[in-house]
Amino acid sequence: MAEKMLMKGNEAIAEAAVQAGCRFFFGYPITPQNQIPEYMSKRLHDIQGACFLQAESEIAAINMVYGAAGAGARVMTSSSGPGISLKQEGISYLAGAELPCVIVNISRGGPGLGSIQPSQSDYYQSTRGGGHGDYRTPVLAPSSVQEAAELTQLAFDMADRYRNPVMLLGDGLIGQMMEPVLMPDYRLPADLPQKDWAAVGKPAGGSAPRAVINSLYLDSALLEKHVNGIYEKYAVIQRDEVRYQAEWTEDADYILVAYGAAARIARSAIRRARAMGIHAGLLRPITLWPFPADALRELAARAKAFLSVEMSMGQMIDDVRLALDGLKPVFLCGRAGGMVPSVQEVTDAIVKLKEGV
Amino acid sequence: MAVVFEKTSMLTEKPFHYCPGCTHGIIHRLVAEAIQELGMGDKAIGVAPVGCSVFAYDYFNCDMYEAAHGRAPAVATGCKRVHPDKLVFTYQGDGDLASIGTAEIVHAAARGEKITAIFVNNAIYGMTSGQMAPTTLPGQITTTSPYGRDPDLCGNPIRISEMLATLDGPAYIARVSVHGVKYVRQAKNAIRRAFEMQIGGMGFSMVEVLSACPTYWGLSPVKALDWVEEKMLPSYPLGVKKEAFPEWNLKS
Repeated sequence: MAEKMLMKGNEAIAEAAVQAGCRFFFGYPITPQNQIPEYMSKRLHDIQGACFLQAESEIAAINMVYGAAGAGARVMTSSSGPGISLKQEGISYLAGAELPCVIVNISRGGPGLGSIQPSQSDYYQSTRGGGHGDYRTPVLAPSSVQEAAELTQLAFDMADRYRNPVMLLGDGLIGQMMEPVLMPDYRLPADLPQKDWAAVGKPAGGSAPRAVINSLYLDSALLEKHVNGIYEKYAVIQRDEVRYQAEWTEDADYILVAYGAAARIARSAIRRARAMGIHAGLLRPITLWPFPADALRELAARAKAFLSVEMSMGQMIDDVRLALDGLKPVFLCGRAGGMVPSVQEVTDAIVKLKEGV
Repeated sequence: MAVVFEKTSMLTEKPFHYCPGCTHGIIHRLVAEAIQELGMGDKAIGVAPVGCSVFAYDYFNCDMYEAAHGRAPAVATGCKRVHPDKLVFTYQGDGDLASIGTAEIVHAAARGEKITAIFVNNAIYGMTSGQMAPTTLPGQITTTSPYGRDPDLCGNPIRISEMLATLDGPAYIARVSVHGVKYVRQAKNAIRRAFEMQIGGMGFSMVEVLSACPTYWGLSPVKALDWVEEKMLPSYPLGVKKEAFPEWNLKS
C-alpha cells in the first residue's frame, strides 16, 4: 500500500523514474538538480543490472544515454540550463536516430552561467529543439512535486511510444521544494511497441536483421523521407498528447497563461482578483510542446485579453500569440534572472489588464 | 581444392568506399577476423563516429551505432553498461579520438571501461579532405597547414597510446601498423589481444593502428606505405604500451 511521503521535487522525479523501470542514469553535477543524480547513485546501486554513472561532462552523459537507449534500455539524464545546452548535440542525434530517453531540465536563470535561482528562461531551448536540424521534443512541465512524479513516468511511456527523447522541464522551485507525494502505482502500458530495433548483439542464426542505430542519410531524398517519417509521429503527438489544466475559465474575461511554478503564483493572483470582482481564469499548459493552442483559441471567444505569466522575458508568449493569431490582445507579466514574481505583482498586472482593455 | 583464405563473414558484401591505397580496408578486415576467430560474431556491437569510417555500419556485419563526432567511447559505455556480456568496440580516427573526443577516450580509459577502441591514426583529416589533425607531424603539409605544421603556431602531435598508458584503467594498449605483411600480422595479434582483454573483463583496451592516406598525403599508395615507415614510425613508435596482465590469457 503506497503511502504519502514528503519529498523534494528532484527526489520524486528520481524515484518515479526508477518505479517506471529506468535502470540507467548518466549525469553530471549542476545546481539546482543535484538531488536527482545523488538519489539515483544510491537507489540504482542495489538493483541487479542497473547502473548509475557520473560522466566526465554533460556531453559524455547524453552520449552514454544514446548508447543505452540504442541498446534498448529505459534511460534518463538530468541537468540544468547550461548543461542542457551542452547536451543539445546529443539530443539532436537521439531525435535523428529515433531513440527514446528522458531528459530532465531543472532550469535556472540565464543566459551564460546566470544564476542558480528558479527560472523559466529555457522555454525556447526546450520547445524549439535547442539542437540542429528538423526535430521536436515533447516537453512536460510539472507545477507540483506530485505532478513531477506523474509526468516523469508519462515521459518514459511517451518516449518509448514515439521513439523520441522527451523532456521534463521543471524549474528550481519544483526541483527544490518539498511536498507530500503519493508515488504513482506505475504500470507499463501493454501497447508500447517492442524495441526490436535495438542493438543487443545479433543472436547467432537469428532471422532478425542486424541493428543499425544511425542518423546519417547522405542522400538528401532519403533524409527528407526520414524526416517526413519523424514528422508523421509529431503530428500524432500534436493530436493525442496535448495536456493542460483550465481553472475558472468558464466565466473568465481575462485568461492568465502560466506553467510550472509560475502557474501556482498565477492561481493565487486570480483568487485575489476574483475577490476584487475581476473574472480572471487560468490556462496552465502541462505539455509545452505540443502547446494547447486549440484550448486557448476556444477561450478567446469569451475572454477579452490574455496575460502570459512567465519567469522569463516573454518566451511562451510567442506560442500564446501564435495560438490566438491576433484574435485577442496578449500581454506579458515576466521576471528574469531567477526572480520569482510575487502574487501581488501578478494581481497588479491583472488589474492593469482590466483598466487597459 | 582446399580453401586457404576467405573473406570473413563479419564483413558485409558492401564494397568499401575508401580511396585506393587507403589502409582502412585492411584494418576493417583484421577487426572483423578477430571477432570471428574469437567466436564473438553474435555478441559484437560496434560504434563508429564521424570520420572516414562513418559508414562502418555498412561494413561490419553486426549490430552497429553511428555516433556523434568524438563521442563513441561514451556511446559504447552506455551500450556496454546495458549489455555487459557483449563485445563492444569503437572504431575511431585521429581527429575524432585525439582532438574533439579526447575527454571521452581519456575518461573511458580511466574508468577501465570494458570496451575496445580501434584508433586509426593517419595524421590527417581524410573525410573533410585533408586538414591538419592533432597527430599531423611537424612540417607536414595539409590544407590548413599549407606551409607545414609549425609547432610554435599550432602545437605538437599527441601520442595518445603513451598518454593513456599512464592511467590505471587500461588493461592493454598497443600501437601497430599495417604498412607491410609483418606489421599486418602483428596488428592482427594486438587486436585479438585487446578483444580478449574485454572478453575476460580485464579493463579498457585500445589498439592504435598507423594508417596510410595516399589521397591527402599526395603520394602514390606504395610511396604512402614508405612514408609510414620513414616519417610516422619515428614519431609514433610501435609496440605494446601497457599490458596490465601479461600472464593472463583467455584460456586461463
